[in-house]
Amino acid sequence: MTEPTDRRIIADSLGVAVPTGAYGISFGAIGVTSGLDVLQTCLLSLLVFTGASQFAFIGVVASGGNPFAGALTALLLGTRNTFYGISLAPLLRLRGAARLPAAHVVIDESTAMALGQDDTRSARVAFWWTGVGILVLWNLFTLLGALAGEAIGDPRTYGLDAAVGAAFLALLWPRLTTWHARSVALVGAAVATGLVPLSPAGVPIIAGGAVAVLVGLLTQKERAA
Amino acid sequence: MTLWLAIGVLVVGTYALKLAGLAVPQRVLDHPFTRRVSDLIPVALLGALVAVQVLADGSDLVLDARAVALLAAAGMLALRMSFLPVVVGAALVAAVVRLLF
Repeated sequence: MTEPTDRRIIADSLGVAVPTGAYGISFGAIGVTSGLDVLQTCLLSLLVFTGASQFAFIGVVASGGNPFAGALTALLLGTRNTFYGISLAPLLRLRGAARLPAAHVVIDESTAMALGQDDTRSARVAFWWTGVGILVLWNLFTLLGALAGEAIGDPRTYGLDAAVGAAFLALLWPRLTTWHARSVALVGAAVATGLVPLSPAGVPIIAGGAVAVLVGLLTQKERAA
Repeated sequence: MTLWLAIGVLVVGTYALKLAGLAVPQRVLDHPFTRRVSDLIPVALLGALVAVQVLADGSDLVLDARAVALLAAAGMLALRMSFLPVVVGAALVAAVVRLLF
């Protein structure tokens, strides 16, 4: 049975999955121009399935770097998915073998959508629909991009990159009810922004999040004392 | 061949990293400190995600159509519009800004 709330969460999840998945076009197109064949490009999207790591890998390969150096860079970026998993675990409450397929779709967007919900049931709906939705679309568009190259055009023309930022803000918005929450979010945003020019992709998000959590914990203590 | 091997390492490694986070034992997750931290994580992480998604272009910081769209999204959220219209509206704003400038 699908409850009305579930239907809303599913629609919201697909609202994030479509613009994110469409970005697979860029990856497919860049993949084949970086010296990978169509099969290798598509396998990366299917089996690695975490955008930033995939782009990092083909970036190193394209610049003539050692593929293992590319894999190492990509794996360092992938460490943020471990932290995502730690935040998701108490919310999704998955046990045993259910964690095996779930792990594959632990990415930026599925994490953000799940963390935006209040209870386990809603979080699971958001996590699976966003994660699997992106998995399907990301791979379809990767194949399309790899075959058609740049001919299809840049997703940015349609404002798809801006849609994802707006989605993250919409998830954050209802949580900004106290000054404490607003400061934590601002610290996270400020630290992440400051680190963008200084550190490889992926690091600013995790570092910004970590510093903001720390500041949040410390300011809570002061208030209690 | 080297390329295929590197892809293999990347595939196995990425999956292991993803699974490691989900496999943290329940007893750790039930600890009061973990709960306090996990209450703060969504706000902290979403704040960072919004900033990077809107301002980063590779390792450069840029103010472009995405920032205009984010302001529009904030306005729509302040007017209590729901999730999907805000997301679609922001994409439209960015597309129009890029078309005009």
